[in-house]
Amino acid sequence: MIITKPRDWARIEENLTSIGARRVFLMGCGQCATVAHTGGEKELEETAARLEAGGYEVTGWTVGEVTCHLNGTKLESRKHQAEIDSADAVLVLACGAGVQTTADAIAKPVFPGLESLFLGTVIRNGIFEERCQTCGDCVLDKTAGICPVTTCPKGLLNGPCGGMWNGMCEVLTDRECTHVRIRHRLEEQGRTTRRTLAPKDFSTALKPGGVNIRESGGSR
Amino acid sequence: MSRLRDMLEGGEFVVTGEVAPPRGTDLAGMHAAVDLLAPHCHALNVTDNQGASLHLSSLAASKALLERGIEPIFQQTCRDRNRLALQSDLLAAWSLGLENLLVVTGDDPRAGDHPHAKGVFDLDSTQLASIARGMNEGHDMMDRDLKGGTGFYVGAAMFPEAEPWDVQLARIEQKIEAGVRFFQTQAIFDMDKLQRAVEAVRPLGAKVIAGVLVLKSPRVIDFVNSKLAGLMVPDAIADRIRRAHDPADAAIALAAEQVASIRDIADGVHVMPLGLDAAIGRILGGAG
Ligand code: SF4
Ligand code: SF4
Repeated sequence: MIITKPRDWARIEENLTSIGARRVFLMGCGQCATVAHTGGEKELEETAARLEAGGYEVTGWTVGEVTCHLNGTKLESRKHQAEIDSADAVLVLACGAGVQTTADAIAKPVFPGLESLFLGTVIRNGIFEERCQTCGDCVLDKTAGICPVTTCPKGLLNGPCGGMWNGMCEVLTDRECTHVRIRHRLEEQGRTTRRTLAPKDFSTALKPGGVNIRESGGSR
Repeated sequence: MSRLRDMLEGGEFVVTGEVAPPRGTDLAGMHAAVDLLAPHCHALNVTDNQGASLHLSSLAASKALLERGIEPIFQQTCRDRNRLALQSDLLAAWSLGLENLLVVTGDDPRAGDHPHAKGVFDLDSTQLASIARGMNEGHDMMDRDLKGGTGFYVGAAMFPEAEPWDVQLARIEQKIEAGVRFFQTQAIFDMDKLQRAVEAVRPLGAKVIAGVLVLKSPRVIDFVNSKLAGLMVPDAIADRIRRAHDPADAAIALAAEQVASIRDIADGVHVMPLGLDAAIGRILGGAG
């Protein structure tokens, strides 16, 4: 899921002030931002209260089911048409993808209420780690299901680097070196630990990504 | 011709040293260090933005050494350049007459003087070594023929004391497979671990140049332990320097003992005098 954190409140106020907005509609997200505790019902209520305490009027709020889904967000907006119509601006408590679908669905100034951080693994409720950068050229088949591209701070495919000491990482000194973990897991599973990975194909990670399974059956 | 290659492959013990290019364009300081070290060394490493901090390029500084008749070991890290720039610099290096190449990963940029820099790491050191070997065979990494290839003697770094050893061993084998012919090690304090590394490397046909770091003061020891990645000074050695009446003198004596042991174990020694360049003769025990 996409991990988000609250955006600096001063920046949110600055954004609203920049267009002289006093009446605000809030859009949350029922998926990632709810799990990340950044854009669910509770956070929307808190944000509404904070805005009101600051002298803003909150015309309404809703938690979109999947806010990054364009048609779903259009539908959700229609359900709240009157509240949105009376607002000067919409503040979105979802990832950047959700902010953009909302901006496409609603013809009003739309502002981000969160910072989008990474594609995260939920380790436990409230504890998230980045383990995949969606590089489009996955090497997990060769690395025992541990991603060196993401979890080695240098993104080395072959390691460890010279900074590793006693199995620990040079950069994140409280964490085990990714390459030590990879080799040991491969070994435990009786797989070869000697394979050198070839240089990565970074053309697959060119932005923006796009997939159209209706037409081509694959990504471009 | 690379004297380093000729000597190592001919079974002769080599001595290498190390100089850092200046942080600026004035080469006088580097040349002063070179003048002290060169008479005792067969080749000198020229570091590449060492410590992830800005220096004049290793390419230009290596060429400057060559012009003074001193054999450089051109270092290249994977931190600051992508695969196009790295290959282009390899071609440049060969065209300038640089024959010895040491490929390293490079420290994390956050440890250096430009902590906001993007670490490139488009390639890792093993991949870069294998690309250099490809260039020696006349093609680039895309297997396209070059108009004139290279003939580098390719080296890499090795870390005999950084456990776990099974992981290091696998790395060494990978690097040799990629075309690495000689290793320069991180500073060695435990000769048994050096022995273990040499025994692993010799059957695979590569050479080992063991590192000696001159721990000239308690401050240097603290620096090594806190700032240098992948290295720890053992307590017994640290105590010996700390308790010494004259730490610099004790450090030189210690380094000389280490060099003497290394002569019996490895194919060469790489001395990092950390400013005590003038003591290189003593460190090498009058030989070299
Ligand atoms: S290799 Fe690429 S796709 Fe696979 S886990 Fe790592 S970043 Fe994600
Ligand atoms: S110590 Fe391991 S995980 Fe950390 S940067 Fe080096 S290779 Fe990557």
